[in-house]
Amino acid sequence: MGEKRTVYSICGMCSVRCPIMVEVEGDRVRWISGNPHDAGMGTALCAKGIAGRALLDDTERPLSPLIRDGERGSGKWRTVSWDEALDYVAEKLKAIIDQYGGRAVLLSDRGGPFGEYRKAFLKAIGSPNYCNHDVTCAVSVNHAALSLFGFGRKTLNYDYKNAKHIVLYGRNILESIKIKTTKAVINALDRGAKLTYIDPRYSVTASKATRWWRIRPGTDYALNLALMHIIIKEGLYDKAFVSRWVHGFEHLAKFVEQYTPEWAEEETGIPAQEMYLFCREIAQDAPHVIFHPGWMRARYKQAFWESRTTYLLNVLLGAIEVPGGLFFMKGPKDAGKKGLNSIGENLPKVEEKRADGAGWKYPYINKGPGLLHRAFEAIKTGDPYPIKAYIVHRHDPLTGLPDPEAQVEIFKNLDLLVVVDVNWSETAKYADVILPECTYLERSDLIANQKGLKPGFRIRTAAIEPRYDTKPGWWIYIQLAKRLGKGEHFPYETIEDLWEKQLEGTGITVAQIQEKGFITLTDKPIWYDRMNDLPFKTESGKIEIINKKWEDAGIPCLKPYESPEKPPKGKFRLLFGRCAWQTHGMWMNNPALHPYLKENVLWINKKVAEEMGLKDGDKVIVSNGGYKKEMRIFATELIHPEAVFMLHGFGRTVPQQTRAYNRGVADQRLEVGLLDVYDPAGGANALCECFIEVKPAK
Amino acid sequence: MAKYYIYHDPTRCIGCLACEISCMDWKELPYGEANCRIFRFGPEAVFGEPDLTFMYTSCFHCEKPLCVEACPSGALAKREGDGIVVFREDLCIGCRACITACPWGIPQWNENAGKIHKCDYCADRIDQGLKPACVTRCPVDALKFVPVEEASQLKRMRWLRDTFGRQVAPAAKY
Ligand code: SF4
Ligand code: SF4
Ligand code: SF4
Repeated sequence: MGEKRTVYSICGMCSVRCPIMVEVEGDRVRWISGNPHDAGMGTALCAKGIAGRALLDDTERPLSPLIRDGERGSGKWRTVSWDEALDYVAEKLKAIIDQYGGRAVLLSDRGGPFGEYRKAFLKAIGSPNYCNHDVTCAVSVNHAALSLFGFGRKTLNYDYKNAKHIVLYGRNILESIKIKTTKAVINALDRGAKLTYIDPRYSVTASKATRWWRIRPGTDYALNLALMHIIIKEGLYDKAFVSRWVHGFEHLAKFVEQYTPEWAEEETGIPAQEMYLFCREIAQDAPHVIFHPGWMRARYKQAFWESRTTYLLNVLLGAIEVPGGLFFMKGPKDAGKKGLNSIGENLPKVEEKRADGAGWKYPYINKGPGLLHRAFEAIKTGDPYPIKAYIVHRHDPLTGLPDPEAQVEIFKNLDLLVVVDVNWSETAKYADVILPECTYLERSDLIANQKGLKPGFRIRTAAIEPRYDTKPGWWIYIQLAKRLGKGEHFPYETIEDLWEKQLEGTGITVAQIQEKGFITLTDKPIWYDRMNDLPFKTESGKIEIINKKWEDAGIPCLKPYESPEKPPKGKFRLLFGRCAWQTHGMWMNNPALHPYLKENVLWINKKVAEEMGLKDGDKVIVSNGGYKKEMRIFATELIHPEAVFMLHGFGRTVPQQTRAYNRGVADQRLEVGLLDVYDPAGGANALCECFIEVKPAK
Repeated sequence: MAKYYIYHDPTRCIGCLACEISCMDWKELPYGEANCRIFRFGPEAVFGEPDLTFMYTSCFHCEKPLCVEACPSGALAKREGDGIVVFREDLCIGCRACITACPWGIPQWNENAGKIHKCDYCADRIDQGLKPACVTRCPVDALKFVPVEEASQLKRMRWLRDTFGRQVAPAAKY
């Protein structure tokens, strides 16, 4: 046993980062639950969060720095000390920077609130090439928001608790869990709120919905155009809000005239009559309605327009800055308080153009997180300049981005591939050096902003010391910076030094934040005056139907609808997703979760299966390009006949992960050729623009 | 006499398995083992209506527990006061008589220990004034640890609420 302590911290088992309470006995974590100080959270925790304890016990992950000792991907490693590993990386980076400049270094991660030091590190060495994972997540949603409001998607959040009608397009909110959101949605439904769920497949979310539309895959945009058609034609929209805040409404009204519900019925398979009923019903509940613009919407080439029109449905119904609708996330400034200080001292401004073209070749693409698939193109071609080093931080492009075979080929042009991770990733297998990060339970991180109706700060505090020879990310990059002669920008040794810098002048102490794991800077929720004072960041200061940035680049903001191709006979559109006890491909090998994640199955329409002579549970061969694998089917009428579905993240190829190794089918390996298929306006990979072959296994 | 009940609300339950993994984790059972288990009906179309329903199952802590009668070693016993059917692993001889005796399939085999495992309502937690591990961490409050009488009331309110689609409360309560 040993002394008992309670630490309030932040979960790290998925990128939601829920507030947690960790109970420690001596040097052992005994219990993790939600942080009861956060009313929306309570003691709730999801299966993955609970499995954090099993992660600590899992020895099938890199437990000390490793340097490759054979060909890339050969699986041969040399265990080295941190000094040796860091010297090795620094030396290689230095040679690359000397020859090609700092811009030859690319870094990608999964974004998040703790990553400031990584961006600062890149700045210090003079590289503009920071990318996050968003090309396979929300980048198109983000650009849809930028094109309408002038700010990104994270400026608006959703007040599910008070909503009367929630509309979700494949946002599988009850399986892709964010605990506070999921609980708020279930509470809203219990209170009598309606849920309209639109998905070619019947998920758990569909099972709780008041209305499930089994839409033809890829036709969300058609549906939205028809819904707007009805709302405008029948005058169901919020005229006061629209005339106050919408710039160019007449263009929208004219544009949607041609898209009748009867036309959309043909496209989507949803009866026109139901669309009329839906619009009349939801208009009654307006403005306390939410049309979720999408989180992981990196699925179709029209993602930008799907998401844009979803936002517009909120706008038409006046669901902006209102309880039960979308609201602006407020920061310390809104509470009249000073925010956190940046940690980088006197960082030089990086003038260099980005290798992925964001901000210049694609002027409408946000320079912040860029477009990773275009950065890969630069690695491949050396155009606009060579990229020779790639640091992959807690990110796994070989799992997350399509077509890993093509990626491995591209990585051959790199002189250095470094992976920083807690876990074995598919990408780590091909690394030259692996710098193992300690787990979130063993790691303190930078203090993070907590935006919301009541803005504040929150903190992740290490519950125990690292068990193995692993280090926190911030320490790794500061050590590298020092070795590259950039130490002046990072005058810190410990996390306390960093915290002190962040909090300087805020009047708040670390102890105050640690007391509950977070601190709010105001007692009362902050709402803006929605008819007079909404801070849209567009040129007109309003919501722009036509945004010049896109139009000037030849991309129409009101794009004529294009019907998605129908799969040829014997082929199916490949859809993928996740379940509640899984985080993308991250925890397939977690000892506590693995028993529930052994293999994935293929959902296929029952009638179609019968025509192929297949019944539920039969084995099939799925294939595309060179990838071919056997799996079982789940035959059900509850999936659209054009589509098949599987859970993502299976078919691991890292032999060190003995539990998950070679179990199930890797959907991303079926997405052959898709690295260069993306939404031209929003930038997201179009992962569902993929047809695979399915044949009975015999 | 049995005092407590774990009430499961299938209307709220999202089948996320947090309760199972919570039980495994707190009780330090072998990975993949848990005293409670979640089952699903569906997804399937029932008379044309799509449906997916989850059910939580765990020990009912019977008034006349057949497992206790069957157990030759005294490892299973009904606790005085609150009627929890508790299990003492140190006394279990691994004969599996309880697995045969229990009509509900509650005792399960613990391969690591060569003994059974079964739900004891997390008696150690209850005694500290806490709630069972499964109930504590359910992400959507689909589980409630309540006095038995309250469970019946909750269940009635559930079907009334689901049938009429409106908020419901006991008539005498304001
Ligand atoms: S959703 Fe689960 S895994 Fe993700 S942060 Fe929250 S508790 Fe952790
Ligand atoms: S934890 Fe709660 S919601 Fe999840 S499966 Fe168990 S009872 Fe259902
Ligand atoms: S009450 Fe405790 S032992 Fe019983 S199922 Fe729940 S967590 Fe497991």
